[in-house]
Amino acid sequence: MSTYNKESITFNTGLTENDVTDESLFLKRRHFIKAGMSLSAMAYFPQLAMAAAGDAKYAGLKRTVDLDLEPHSYKDITSYNNFYELGYGKGDPIRNAAALKTDPWSVTIEGECEKPGTYTLEDILKPHDFEERIYRFRCVEAWSMVIPWAGFPLAALLKRFNPTSKAKYVAFETVYDKDAPLPGQRRNVLDWPYREGLRMDEAMNPLTFMATGIYGKPLPNQNGAPLRLVVPWKYGFKSIKSVVKIRFTETQPETSWNLSGPQEYGFYSNVNPEVNHPRWSQKRERVIGKLFKQPTLKFNGYGDQVASLYTGMDLRKNY
Amino acid sequence: MSSIQVVQTSFYKKYKAGIITGAKLLISLGCLLHIGYFTTALFCCVDFANPVEELSHATGEWGLHFLLLSLLITPLRRHFKWNDLLKFRRFLGLWSFFYIFIHFFGFIFFDHFFNLASIIEDIIDRPYIAVGFAGLVLLTPLAVTSFKRLQKKLGKRWFSLHKLVYIIAILGVVHYWWLVKADIFWPVIYALAVVVLLGDRLYFYWVKDAAKKQRLKPSSKKDTTGQPSVMPKS
Repeated sequence: MSTYNKESITFNTGLTENDVTDESLFLKRRHFIKAGMSLSAMAYFPQLAMAAAGDAKYAGLKRTVDLDLEPHSYKDITSYNNFYELGYGKGDPIRNAAALKTDPWSVTIEGECEKPGTYTLEDILKPHDFEERIYRFRCVEAWSMVIPWAGFPLAALLKRFNPTSKAKYVAFETVYDKDAPLPGQRRNVLDWPYREGLRMDEAMNPLTFMATGIYGKPLPNQNGAPLRLVVPWKYGFKSIKSVVKIRFTETQPETSWNLSGPQEYGFYSNVNPEVNHPRWSQKRERVIGKLFKQPTLKFNGYGDQVASLYTGMDLRKNY
Repeated sequence: MSSIQVVQTSFYKKYKAGIITGAKLLISLGCLLHIGYFTTALFCCVDFANPVEELSHATGEWGLHFLLLSLLITPLRRHFKWNDLLKFRRFLGLWSFFYIFIHFFGFIFFDHFFNLASIIEDIIDRPYIAVGFAGLVLLTPLAVTSFKRLQKKLGKRWFSLHKLVYIIAILGVVHYWWLVKADIFWPVIYALAVVVLLGDRLYFYWVKDAAKKQRLKPSSKKDTTGQPSVMPKS
């Protein structure tokens, strides 16, 4: 009963033609009903019309990456979060979600590229067709989920700014306003703003994704609205949320957790059961909803797509 | 005010044993419900995303709470002379042990499925687990020897043995501090609590020592500082 067109990227992970969720079907129906209801309202409220146009990008989501895995429930994905800007406990981000204002939103592009500037979120999103990608998400704390992201490849976004030959890395920053810090930013638990980075070839890998939604609707704030990175073969903290700045750099950028605990969190932070961690054994993980742990896969199971990025590198040293 | 106090005091005196037993029953019931809630959540009824983690955190926290409460008894007795609190010390200590044991059981069962090699590796590789495990190893003999018969049998050695609780409290806080990723707010609070609880004891040692030196004659006065070296003769 596949209504989706598969797939520009193939996996050898026992892929089947399963349609993973009934939830997406349910959502489609909801979209249809909502669209009907809001047609008349749009004539009077142009802003509503714009929001609806945004929603429409999710309507015909192509599922481009799929694993034979059942995604976690919307509730699990949106209520069990690490987003220190909105609080340090797993339940804090959803409680404090309203503190994050995502409208208006703009993203500043800087550094080694031909088209730097500050772009509105609309400008950023406009040229991209959204796809759905069902990825495993592995937290360094040794738990994991399966998440149906919506969005577009990071490579497609970065190419638009014509990075120069000097652009060896891409750095990202999360929203931070010193004068109006988010609840978790009031204390220097981390050196704000939150920063992350990728090597250029990692950033351009087809798996690297900019997510704007989950389950076929816009990201809730606690999941990093309105725009976040998803790097499925790396520990979750690399997948920076609520991005306001993208900078092309020649040298390896600083990253927040690496600054906080350099012996624990490396720049690469690839999911790797062979690299010991002083806090959590990375050999196994607890899939959310399960009582017992299961073995963790190297590169979180995406080795076929990404292992070649690291040929010749000692991943124990470059952890 | 004084009349109320008199009524309360006489009421308390009359029903003291019952009140103490009742308080213990209530606290025990609360603990059992608390543990029952998190245990039930593993299988049904409560919609936690990560129920194993919830159980682990709840039992770890309350194990530490009861440990610190048991350490609070002696300072309260010294400062406020409410000696009946002593009747709660073993009780609180045993609940601490029970919580910490469940905490440990969750670790060896849910994280390692009783795989001994895997458990040992985790203890060796992760300092915070090593410290927590050391705390449990030291706490176990205290729980085992907490029964009156053994207490009497061991005599003075019982008190020396149970001084280990000071080290266990420190290990418990270090365990918590080291497992926290970045937000050390609560570990700092617990550490301050331990500093106060142990500092109070140090202070009393110094005062007692000073008093002893001043006295010169050992027979002049009874020691009333309430240090547990004066064994309750019950």
